Amino acid sequence: MLEVARLDAFYGRAQILHEVGLRVGPGEALALLGRNGAGKSTTLRAIMAQGPRRTGEIRLLGADVSRLQTHELVQAGIGYVPEDRRIFTDLTVMENLEVGRRPARPGHAPWTAERLFALFPNLAEMRQRRGGQMSGGEQQMLTLARTLMGNPLLLLLDEPSEGLAPRIVEQIALAVMALKTEGLSILLCEQNLHFARLICDRACVMARGRLVFEGSFATLEADPARRDALLSV
Amino acid sequence: MDFFVAQFLTGLASACSLFLVASGLSIIFGVTRIVNFAHGAFYMLGAYVAYSLTERFSGALGFWAALVCAAALVAVLGVAMEILLLRRIYRAPELFQLLATFGVTLMVEDLVVLVFGPEDLLGPRAPGLKGAVDILGQAIPAYDLFLVALGPLVLGAIWLAFHNTRWGILVRAATQDRDMVAALGVNQKWLFTSVFALGVFLAALGGALQLPREAVNHAMDLKIIVEVFVVVVIGGLGSVTGAFLAAVLVCELNAFGVLVLPQVSLVLVFAVMALVLVLRPYGLLGRPDGAARPAIGTFITPWRPFTARERMLVAALIALVALLPLGAGVYVLSVAAEIAIFVLFAASLHFLMGAGGLPSFGHAAYFGLGAYGAAFALKLAGLSMAGAILLGPLLGLAGAVLFGWFCVRLSGVYSAMLTLAFAQIAWAVAFQWVGVTGGDNGLLGIWPQGFAATPAGFYWLALALAIMGVAALRTLIFSPFGYALRAARDNAARAEALGIDRHRIQWAAFALAGLFAAVAGALFAFLKGSVFPDTLGIPLSVDALAMVLLGGVETISGGVVGAIAYKLLSIWLMSETVHSKLVLGAVIVTLVVAFPHGIGGAFTRLRDRLGGAAA
Repeated sequence: MLEVARLDAFYGRAQILHEVGLRVGPGEALALLGRNGAGKSTTLRAIMAQGPRRTGEIRLLGADVSRLQTHELVQAGIGYVPEDRRIFTDLTVMENLEVGRRPARPGHAPWTAERLFALFPNLAEMRQRRGGQMSGGEQQMLTLARTLMGNPLLLLLDEPSEGLAPRIVEQIALAVMALKTEGLSILLCEQNLHFARLICDRACVMARGRLVFEGSFATLEADPARRDALLSV
Repeated sequence: MDFFVAQFLTGLASACSLFLVASGLSIIFGVTRIVNFAHGAFYMLGAYVAYSLTERFSGALGFWAALVCAAALVAVLGVAMEILLLRRIYRAPELFQLLATFGVTLMVEDLVVLVFGPEDLLGPRAPGLKGAVDILGQAIPAYDLFLVALGPLVLGAIWLAFHNTRWGILVRAATQDRDMVAALGVNQKWLFTSVFALGVFLAALGGALQLPREAVNHAMDLKIIVEVFVVVVIGGLGSVTGAFLAAVLVCELNAFGVLVLPQVSLVLVFAVMALVLVLRPYGLLGRPDGAARPAIGTFITPWRPFTARERMLVAALIALVALLPLGAGVYVLSVAAEIAIFVLFAASLHFLMGAGGLPSFGHAAYFGLGAYGAAFALKLAGLSMAGAILLGPLLGLAGAVLFGWFCVRLSGVYSAMLTLAFAQIAWAVAFQWVGVTGGDNGLLGIWPQGFAATPAGFYWLALALAIMGVAALRTLIFSPFGYALRAARDNAARAEALGIDRHRIQWAAFALAGLFAAVAGALFAFLKGSVFPDTLGIPLSVDALAMVLLGGVETISGGVVGAIAYKLLSIWLMSETVHSKLVLGAVIVTLVVAFPHGIGGAFTRLRDRLGGAAA
C-alpha cells in the first residue's frame, strides 16, 4: 500500500528526519512509536507534503507520489488525521463532513454521513452543532469521520488518543479496529503503547528523527529494559 | 425630522457600493490572507468599463446588462492577476502580496488615463429609475432607493451561497484553516481563484453601480480603498455581515457627521474605527483566530551583525557616497539628500516591521509630525535649524508614543489598519487646523542655515544623520532590547512566559521607529523648504511600505536597499516618462515575481549559496 524509503526532511538547513523507511501492506496497521519530539508527527506531515521540505521516495500502490501536492495525495487515496484535530469550529458537524467528502472509489462502498454516524453514534445526535461547541473526544471522532468522507485507502492517524479520557480512547480504538476489519490500511502515530498494540500488527520506533526499531510488538516488549529505553513508558 | 430620514436613506444608498467592494475584499482576505490593495483599482475599472458598455448597449436592458457585463469582465482581469501574479508568490512573507497588488494598482491608474482619457466621465441615468420618490415630503432619487434595497439582497445572496453550497462551505472552512482544507483533498488553487473572481466581481459591480450617481475619474480607486479598509476592519476581516454593518455605520457617520460637526468630518470615521478596534480588537464580527500559521522553516536565515569584512565594505561604500559632492551638481545632490532621508525613513519602518513584527500602513504620520515639529520649532519657537532638527522630531515621538500604545495591543493587519487610521487623523488635523498648520497652504520658508545652506553641506548633514540613524537601529536589533523584541515577534506567548513584557517592548519599538521617522521628516522639511499635509499622507506611507517590502522585510538591510532602489527608480522614471506609474508598477510586479523575498533577501540567498559552496 505505502512504501517510504530514505525520507529526509529539513527545516531551513536543519535536517529533522534521517533516512526514514516504512512499509504498510494492504490492510495492515503499522504503529509508529516514539517519545515526544522523536519525529513521528513530522514523518506524517512530510508524507503529506505539509510543512517541512523533504527528499526521498514515497510510493502509494506502487506509484511514485513523492512529487504530488497535499490535495493530490488525498485524491490518490491517503487520508490524514492531524494530531491537533483542526476541526472547523465555525462549521456544523454536517458541514465539517462535507468539506471532507470526495467521490467514491471503484470497488469500495463510499462513506456517507449515515454510515459514519453508525460508527460514531455520538456524532449522530449533534449534526447541526458547531465544531467549536464540541468536547475534545467528540472533535476527535469528527476529525476521523471527516477524513473518512474522502474514502481513503490508507489512513495516517496522528495520536488519536492524546489528551482524551480513557472511555473515549476506548470508543475510538473500537472504531479504528472496525475500520481495519473493513480492509483499511493504517499508519498510526502513538505514544500510548497499549492503544497501538490493540490496533496494529507491527511497530516501528523513532528517536531523534531516525527509525531505531522495526518488528513485532512481541519482539519490542520481549526486552522491557530496551522497550523502556526506546519509549520510556 | 423629515430631512434626517432623507439623509439616512442617502447614507444607506452610499453604503451599498461600499459594502459590495468591502465584502469582496473581506472574502478574499479571509481565504487567501491577501490584503488586495488593487481592490480599489478593480472598483474603478468596473465603473470605467460599465461607462464604455452603456455607450454601446442601448435600451433599459442594455444598461443593466452593461453593469453586470462590466463586473464580469473585470472579474476576468482579477482572475488573470491571481493566476499570473499572485499564484507565484503565495509562499512569500505576509504582506508581500500587498506589494504586488500595489504595483498592479499603479499600472491601472496610468492605464485608465491612457485608455479612457483624463477627463471625468458622466454616465447615463438608470432607465426606469430616473425620477425621485416623495418620502415624508423629501424627494429621494429612485435609484438611491434601489441601492438601499440591493445591499441587503446581495448580503442575503452571499449568505445563502456560503451556507447552502459545497463551494460556500469550503470557503468558510478555508477562511479558518486553509491547510486543513488542502489536507482533505481540496485543490486550494481553484478555491483561491474562485474567491478572487467573486471578490473582484463584487468590487467591479460596486464601481459600475456608482455610474448614475457620480462621475467616473481616475482617482476613484485611492478614495475608496481607504474607506474599504476601514469598513473591512471595523466589520471584522473575513466577515461579510460585519462588512455590511460597518459600511452602513461609516456611510451614516459621513452623512450625519457633515451636518453636526463639519470641521471634524474627515476625522470622524477614523476616530470611530480606532474606538471600535480598541473595544473589539478583531472588529465587530471578526474572530480572534486570524493569525495564519507561520510557514515554519520556509526562510530561516538567522540575523547576524556584519562580519569584519562586510564592515570594511560598508565603510568603503559610505566613503564613496560621502565624496559625491566633489563631482555632482546641485540637482544630483538634492536627489541624493532625499534618498538619504528616505533611507532613514524606510529603515525606521523596517525596524518596526522586520524586527518588531508590527506592520504599519501609516508610518508617514511620524515622518510628517517630525516635519511639522521642525517647522514649529523654527517658526513659532524661533529656534535655529540645529535646534529644530534636534527638537522637532519630539513631536513625532509624542505621536508614536500616543498612537503606538493602541497599535501594539492589536495584531497583524488590524494593527496595521489602526496605524492607517491614526495617520489619517493626523493628516486631517494638519489639513483642517489652518490657524496653526496653514492647512493646504502649508508652512513655508524652512530653509537650512549655516554650513547646511549649500547643497553639499545639506547632503552631508542628511547623509550623516541617515548613517547614524541606521547604525543606531542596527545596534538596537543586536542589543538585549532587540532580542526581546524579536522574541516577542516570533512567539508572543513564549516570550511572555519568559518574562518579557511584550506590549511594553513593542510600544518602545513603536516609539523609537516613530522618532527615527520624525528625524527623517525634520530633514525633509529643510530639504523642501516647506511642510505640507502630504508629508502625513497615505501615499507616502504606502511608498515607505513598498520600500521595505521591496528591499525585503526579512533581511536586516531590507529598508536601506529598498529605499535606494525604489527612490532611484521613481525619481528616474518621473524624469524619463509621463507614464511613470505604469512603468514603476510594472517594475514592482516584475521584481516581486523575480525576488519573492525582496532584493535584500535575494542578496542573502546568493551569499548563502556562495558561502555554502565555499565551505
